[in-house]
Amino acid sequence: MAIKQWAQGRSLWLMHFCTGCGAVELPPTMTSRFDMERFGIAPMATPRQADVLLVTGYLTVKTLKRVIRSYEQMIDPKYVIGFGSCTVNGGMYYDSYNVINHLDLYIPVDVYVAGCMPRPEAIIDAFLKLRQMIVNGEADGWKKYRENLEWYRKNQRKILDVDKWGLL
Amino acid sequence: MFVVKAILTAILVIILGLLYGGIARKVTARVHRRYGPPFYQNFIDVLKLFSKRLPTSHGVMFELGPVMAFGGMLVSLMFLPVGRGNPLFTFEGDLFVLLYLIVVAPLGLALGAGQASNPNATIGIARGLTLMIGYEFVFFVSVLPIIKDMHTVNLFRIAMAQSGSLSSLNAVRYPFSFAAALISMHAMLGEKPFDQTVAPHEIASGPMVEYGGKFLGLLQLYHAIAIIVETGLVVTFFLGGFSMPVFFLLTFVLFIMAVIVNTVMPRFRIFQAVQFFFLLPLVLAVINIIINAG
Repeated sequence: MAIKQWAQGRSLWLMHFCTGCGAVELPPTMTSRFDMERFGIAPMATPRQADVLLVTGYLTVKTLKRVIRSYEQMIDPKYVIGFGSCTVNGGMYYDSYNVINHLDLYIPVDVYVAGCMPRPEAIIDAFLKLRQMIVNGEADGWKKYRENLEWYRKNQRKILDVDKWGLL
Repeated sequence: MFVVKAILTAILVIILGLLYGGIARKVTARVHRRYGPPFYQNFIDVLKLFSKRLPTSHGVMFELGPVMAFGGMLVSLMFLPVGRGNPLFTFEGDLFVLLYLIVVAPLGLALGAGQASNPNATIGIARGLTLMIGYEFVFFVSVLPIIKDMHTVNLFRIAMAQSGSLSSLNAVRYPFSFAAALISMHAMLGEKPFDQTVAPHEIASGPMVEYGGKFLGLLQLYHAIAIIVETGLVVTFFLGGFSMPVFFLLTFVLFIMAVIVNTVMPRFRIFQAVQFFFLLPLVLAVINIIINAG
């Protein structure tokens, strides 16, 4: 059990959902200057292969639907990192008519990185925090999502126009 | 005894293949002037993938695909003479059987990915099979003069005939064929510029697009064996007859050479890649046939 969590913490494959401006801080984190691959963090092409969903920035209602679909396609155990102020409280778009303010209402977030934008050091710090949480068995957002699916669905339905666009 | 030898060979090759992959990531990182992951990172990745929960299935063939790929590559390995010891299966004409069996693995992956009916997977498979027309043909033409001169299609005998002096190595006797076979091996490994099949930024890792968790773990093991089988095939033909440690060293050197080319190359379009194979490598291979005929 311990070796399982040790391995899960040291091999985090990303699915970076590049919404908003957060994506611009990821290339420097991946490439020569900050080099996140030394912690076993690597970008992956599809949600099926990934462990971490990285929501980088503001989410419009339209994108939220895609985020939820991508999140549900990922294989357990899976983790979510909310990236930048926009995922925490809406950030500079807090009063926009089509941007959600709290990501936590729709999918379970394990780690938030505050800042507009967070620097690569802060991003790597968030990953190391997530690793620590996985090793300690605290990163259980995916369990919460399974257990409280009704609550999450209720919130999702409230914001997504289900009558018009159909269920998720 | 037979079974024990087979299992031990498989375990050794899987461990070495994962190690090669890890060192390749380190080498790539150093070319990029990065620090890179630890050399045992691939072991952690496989461990993690097998510790994930059972992924979504798209049907029976989808589940059998990775098993077929892994099994096909494992059986091909049993035909490969590793070092001076006899391979597990050896008979006159085993080269042809091996060349067929190597195709079983990508075919299994193609069947499995086909059932997921993801358009990216379909494009990846089409590209993989198209590319095969290029490199398989070139590889076979490049080993033709060896088969002709040695009057045998037994891999073990071809390897052993080269032991002794340096000048009896096929790489020295058929340098142009060796060059063609190296290029062909590069495409078999799927390194850039011949990574159209996987192409993560373009078609989201092609046939692997719907595979995750335990399936992907199995595919990683398949890839680890494939590295050794594909480089080992070239070593057997052109640098054969050495003992086991030297055999693995040579496969490692060939693989790292391919990786270094991979790090600095962009990707060909698929028709450019096939066109390329029918121009330069094929001409190189044919040159050696003409020289040896004279």
